[in-house]
Amino acid sequence: MIRLEKRPEPSRAFSLATPLLAVLATMVFGGLLFMALGKDPLTSIQTIFWEPLFGEFAFYYRPQLLIKGAPLVLIAIGLSLGFKAGIWNIGAEGQYIMGALFGAGMGLAFYPLEAWYVFPLMVMAGAFGGWIWAMIPAFLKVRFGTNEILVSLMLVYVAEQFLASMSLGLLKNPEGFGFPGSRNLQQYESAFNGDLIEGTGMHWGVVAAMIAVIFAYVLLSKHRLGFAIRVTGEAPRAAKFSGVNPTRLVLFCMGMSGLLAGLAGLFEVSGPAGQVTIDFNVGYGFTAIIVAFLGRLHPVGILLAGLLMALTYIGGDIAQSNLGLPAAAIQVFQGMLLFFLLALDMFTNYRLRFGRAEVA
Amino acid sequence: MDLSAINPILFIAGFLVAATPLIFAAIGELVVEKSGVLNLGVEGMMITGAICGFATAVETGSPMLGFAAAAVGGAALSLLFAFLTQITLANQVASGLALTLFGLGLSALLGQSYVGIKPPRLGDINFGPLSDIPVIGPILFTHDIILYLGIALVAGVWAVLKFTRAGLILRAVGESHDAAHALGYKVVRIRTLAIMFGGACAGVGGAYISLIRVPQWTEGMTAGVGWIALALVVFASWKPWRLLLGAYLFGGITQLQLNLQGAGVAIPVEYLAMSPYVITIIVLVILSADKSAAPASLGRTFHASH
Repeated sequence: MIRLEKRPEPSRAFSLATPLLAVLATMVFGGLLFMALGKDPLTSIQTIFWEPLFGEFAFYYRPQLLIKGAPLVLIAIGLSLGFKAGIWNIGAEGQYIMGALFGAGMGLAFYPLEAWYVFPLMVMAGAFGGWIWAMIPAFLKVRFGTNEILVSLMLVYVAEQFLASMSLGLLKNPEGFGFPGSRNLQQYESAFNGDLIEGTGMHWGVVAAMIAVIFAYVLLSKHRLGFAIRVTGEAPRAAKFSGVNPTRLVLFCMGMSGLLAGLAGLFEVSGPAGQVTIDFNVGYGFTAIIVAFLGRLHPVGILLAGLLMALTYIGGDIAQSNLGLPAAAIQVFQGMLLFFLLALDMFTNYRLRFGRAEVA
Repeated sequence: MDLSAINPILFIAGFLVAATPLIFAAIGELVVEKSGVLNLGVEGMMITGAICGFATAVETGSPMLGFAAAAVGGAALSLLFAFLTQITLANQVASGLALTLFGLGLSALLGQSYVGIKPPRLGDINFGPLSDIPVIGPILFTHDIILYLGIALVAGVWAVLKFTRAGLILRAVGESHDAAHALGYKVVRIRTLAIMFGGACAGVGGAYISLIRVPQWTEGMTAGVGWIALALVVFASWKPWRLLLGAYLFGGITQLQLNLQGAGVAIPVEYLAMSPYVITIIVLVILSADKSAAPASLGRTFHASH
């Protein structure tokens, strides 16, 4: 008989190994999935993980790694702060949309003025848009005890409708021949978030993501607030006794994750995406949840996990065009990754024991 | 704007239909939560049920087989959640989210070749002369069997929870898994069964959307109904009859905003479309003050060794 025995202390080795094991397990089961879809499993896996980095056209794909990874890392860093403390902001997708709308709105309000201060103002507006959208569930939670998971999620659907209304109405390009969608910010120099070094994919969002990683690392390891976050997650009662103010913590964690998601939205809409359109959001807010867990809620881990997830997006695109692998297969692949991670996590806290339980 | 375009009888008949997916998903989740488990994967199980039901109905030509397949599909997917939370003791919130993300991807994958197809229709039950009664007839007696089944299911769950030994055990497990375990009840087994029941119900709810409410398949077509169902359980304070009432309220709002869109009200379509979500939030705020009705073990992980 097999049973689980709780470890006296979580295993550090397993904590580090589970993400890697989860990736391996996902490759195996993903391969089986691709085989079921009639594709060669080895070629598929190689296309996803190898082509973008070392393949023939890697020079083209590598910058994409930063472009796709930056929003994931930015959002996941914010989410991880809350997740660590048991505060579940699941609505990053909505905050991302609102950040993009506020930021793009600010930029378009200045159009066609060329001035150095337009972009910084857009960044601030984007951060504010995400922050204020996250403050709704945060405020409702601290004031009325409303469940933040459900409220933040509902707000995603509200934000999506809002996005549709904006791209058909207020932000619609007056010279767009009646098509929905805003002016293209890529063609408005003061608002354009282009590559800082040509051809590297390194735009302001990447810089912001790096800063966020460092900021979160310092916060969690050196600052009192980081201590409060960790204690609240591990032992909520002890946190209360040690003088942690739960209200402030909720407002901080939710606000921070909203702010970062809003920034991610702004950098995306003013750079790679270029314009506000009805479906410009592509689910980064949800994928970032996987990134946060895969990175063990640790800033450096999230950085690596964000790059890995960006790789599956890019590799997925290549597999889609080269092998005809359906786009949804990658989504399944990413979901699987989270499953395996959660399942394998058991070994961090528990040990498998064979044989009968001793009667104490 | 022409409000007279809204026919009150058709409106009421319509909102009974709009409420049915919610009834199924929410009553299933109510049972799951009564057993002390919080499954946030309802949206994922619904969308999986929606495509399983749709595909099966199209392939076999039988909507009823479609609903059966949807129940099986939802339950099968929920087994993943049961495995994660009951066997490997993973966090329930994270596992539920994983289930939804996975379900959305899986359904999109399964549904690729079904976009743009019309499913076979499930006919309404023939009530004979009853459906000819003015007003009441068209409202109450012009529906398919699944709609009535949903109401019967609510009654059934209520009766089982209130009057039977099985219901008592389920509630005991949800209130205190340690006490239930000490009494010799198989906590993990009972919860797994509850989770599968919830999955099957969510699957049928999803299929009701793809086969009857909007008879077609589009990716992500459940559009948050699963999350509203979760809110509905809170709204109902874990009571089946209040859940039914709440589902009709939300069904009414959904139907009303659709009718207002159709009638060309001066409010932009997008703002009408977001109203069910906004109202859900408002209702959650009003009802969140009282958490006394929640099962005491809700969301806590059970492991027999401590």
